[in-house]
Amino acid sequence: MTILLLDNVVKRFGGLVAVNNFSTQLQPGELCALIGPNGSGKTTIFNLISGIYEPTSGKIYFDGLDITGKRPDVIAGLGVARTFQNIRLFKGLDVLGNVLVGQHLRVHSDPFSAMFGLPNYTREERMMREKGMELLEALNLAHLAHEEPSSLPYGQQRKLEIARALATEPRLLLLDEPAAGMNRTESQELMDFILHILDTFELTIFLIEHQMRVVMSICLRIIVIDHGVIIAEGAPADIQNDQRVIEAYLGVGDYASG
Amino acid sequence: MSFSLFMQHLANGVSLGSLYALIAIGYTIVYGILRLINFAHGDIVMVGAYVAFYGIAMFLLPWWISFPLAIVLTILLGVIIERAAYKPLREVPRFQLFTSAVAVSFLLENLAIVVFSGRPKAFPRPPFMDQTFTLGGVRIVSYTPLIIISALLLFGLLTLFIHRTKVGMAMRALSKDIETTGLMGVDTDRVIMLAFAIGSALAAVGGVLWAIKFPQINPLMGVLPGLKAFIAAVLGGIGNITGAMIGGFLLGIVEIMIVAFFPDLAGYRDAFAYTILILVLLFRPTGIMGEVEPEKV
Amino acid sequence: MTTIQTQEQRGERRFGLTRNRILTVASLILFIGFLIWAQNNLDPYKLRILNLCAIYAIFAVTFNLIFGFTGQLSLGHAGFAAVGAYTAALLTMSVAQKQANFFLEPLVPLLANVEWPFLPAILVGGVLAALTGLLIGWPALRLRGDYLAIATLGFSEIIRVICVNWQNVTNGSLGLKGIPGHTNLYWSWGWAIITIFVVKKLVDSSYGRALKAIRDDEIAAEALGIHLARHKILAFTLSSFFVGVGGALLANLISTIDPKVFMFFLAYQIVGITVMGGMGSLTGSVVAAVLYTVFLEVLRPIESPFSIGPINVPGIPGMRMVLFSILLLLVILFYQKGLFGGKEFSWDGLFAIGGKIRARFARASVPPATPPANLKEE
Repeated sequence: MTILLLDNVVKRFGGLVAVNNFSTQLQPGELCALIGPNGSGKTTIFNLISGIYEPTSGKIYFDGLDITGKRPDVIAGLGVARTFQNIRLFKGLDVLGNVLVGQHLRVHSDPFSAMFGLPNYTREERMMREKGMELLEALNLAHLAHEEPSSLPYGQQRKLEIARALATEPRLLLLDEPAAGMNRTESQELMDFILHILDTFELTIFLIEHQMRVVMSICLRIIVIDHGVIIAEGAPADIQNDQRVIEAYLGVGDYASG
Repeated sequence: MSFSLFMQHLANGVSLGSLYALIAIGYTIVYGILRLINFAHGDIVMVGAYVAFYGIAMFLLPWWISFPLAIVLTILLGVIIERAAYKPLREVPRFQLFTSAVAVSFLLENLAIVVFSGRPKAFPRPPFMDQTFTLGGVRIVSYTPLIIISALLLFGLLTLFIHRTKVGMAMRALSKDIETTGLMGVDTDRVIMLAFAIGSALAAVGGVLWAIKFPQINPLMGVLPGLKAFIAAVLGGIGNITGAMIGGFLLGIVEIMIVAFFPDLAGYRDAFAYTILILVLLFRPTGIMGEVEPEKV
Repeated sequence: MTTIQTQEQRGERRFGLTRNRILTVASLILFIGFLIWAQNNLDPYKLRILNLCAIYAIFAVTFNLIFGFTGQLSLGHAGFAAVGAYTAALLTMSVAQKQANFFLEPLVPLLANVEWPFLPAILVGGVLAALTGLLIGWPALRLRGDYLAIATLGFSEIIRVICVNWQNVTNGSLGLKGIPGHTNLYWSWGWAIITIFVVKKLVDSSYGRALKAIRDDEIAAEALGIHLARHKILAFTLSSFFVGVGGALLANLISTIDPKVFMFFLAYQIVGITVMGGMGSLTGSVVAAVLYTVFLEVLRPIESPFSIGPINVPGIPGMRMVLFSILLLLVILFYQKGLFGGKEFSWDGLFAIGGKIRARFARASVPPATPPANLKEE
């Protein structure tokens, strides 16, 4: 039962074709990576899935539901969460606050109950806070609950952004270059973190990276794109030796020895 | 409506449009580079008019000294504002820049009330601009063609400058991508200052010509024309100088023509511009000449 | 299920919340006592100032909601205030007064023959202002930053232009005179307290967090499932309701209104007050509003001629506004946080400051430690 299906998705910006006939399927519980050189259209694809862009043509299905061109908040409500290449934390809220925002989409009480402090709202707020702290504990961030996000080290900020996405109770998590700007140790830690959440929460994870090395060890399936087109797909070992992939990365000697 | 009356209205509309266009260009140049709506621009128009006024009325200078003086002093004011109130805020979150622009506008208006007094003053129109003559049955006052020609001339000069000089090219580059252009060795600060200088100069010309056409000046005289000129810039496509010209002329003509054909709506004439703005922002925010800029995520 | 809580938080839950609540209720009672005393003992001039403080506090708090917390720079406040003011005025004025006012063109029959008590008039004024806010917000809130500012300014001016031209409803530029002076300290501060309460509760709730998220990063907020338009409109409509209430209170305070009262100048003043108080701080808004109103009155003499000893200083009309705008610009450039930054007043905060002050004094009065005698020999 496919959880994510992209069917011949095309995205044009004026004369530029950013994504060209991109089709793929993700199964529940998968950890799949989308890799490719810079500018190959990876983030565009995420933007298409999460609703920031509308495909020029083609369809996107989430758990059987057609989500093509729906608004980002609607798509998030259906169970698709994402993080961004440049960490987008809410600077005016503390760590717990950021996570609580992630829970907002499931709030039952209406604004009036909140405005007048009615008991049904106060109860819900308390439960939200408990849940939020639980999530932070599960991810080893609870001790930072009242810190300012900007005071956290980069790695923790990244984890917080992921925690916040998890707070929306997604079934599909899109991570856009989570290891960007990290060194080897930090990337490794992050990858362990990602594996950990894959098991702990019932998730499917779709991961963008442009460094092949990072995803080789943990992903079972890798999709390689270049100039908006899939050029290879399969297990890490096959990808590494694929001629087209090697050519695409030529000059960006990052994929190093297996 | 008789043909001559129609032509009179049209001439009126075009000259009003020229004034809007001159002011609109100033908005659009600054917006193109800094993505900032210079709220104070309308008030700079007012300052231009007042400096010219005091030059003639108090210092008894002939208009051909007063008017250029107004332009020079207004340029100075525009540059000072940019240095003092906008430049320091370039790195901080955008909304502080907006509030700064609002604050500068507020300050200029209040200063004007205090220094120039809130009571309207009569602007002395130079005699040669006051001649009425008849052209093909249509009565025209000499300032009308003067305003139109000045606007077109200045627009022509500016376009040449933007497209034929190195500095002009720098300005165009900055409006496309401010960071990269800066990295390529262009002195961003200098060019921005120049943009403000040009905008203020045109604002001064607009102010003086406005005072000639509507010879009653008061400290808040720049607010409404400024707002309308901004709307004209949006209509034409913000960031685009030709768009500002087109938008200005369109707005001026529409404003005059609606009142000409529906005199009962005269009281609402200021509301037309706002309505146009809202319609444009809702249905074609990039304006007539604008290009769509997708936001990078 | 374990939850990590600091000692403080546990204590607060058991005692602090009750302690804070008691303090809040106590100060409220004290404040009401002050209002009662003031209403019965102060002269009309001082009462007018106190009332204005409350009204400007309402304006500032609501503007903070829409700008400081939701990040939307709306300059439409003057227009909403006008809607509330005119509605309440037309509903509360006596039939005779209305006849006297509308000598150019008679008032429409619907309004000409009614005379309502204050409360329903205020409520209708607020609701109409809220509806106007909804009408304006729905298209305008799709716009970005500066465009929103200009669009809302435009709407506000359209409202004013309508007021100038709708002769048989608003009496055009003549305005309305003889509005009953219903506003007293109970009305104005009562509504101010309600406004502050409601806004604070909203801001502290999940909805408030959603608004702050929208302010900080719209794209991320939307990606987390927050419906941008709905939340912006929530803030906008709530804000407009209370601005309308403020307008209604204003009309019944100053007894005379005309379209010039509701020029964009009012919006600029409100922006100034709120920025100076601190964006994102309701406490700041209230304090700044009070300070603004009081100082404006205190400084009034400099606008008429006065003398310092032998020197005669000519009056400079408009000087107060110049000083205010200079101050505003200085705050924006050098002290962006404003008076209170993003912080709110809280009893805990007050006690914390008290504790620090006490600690400073304790350290000063204890003599410096002397080393034990036996160590000195070594």
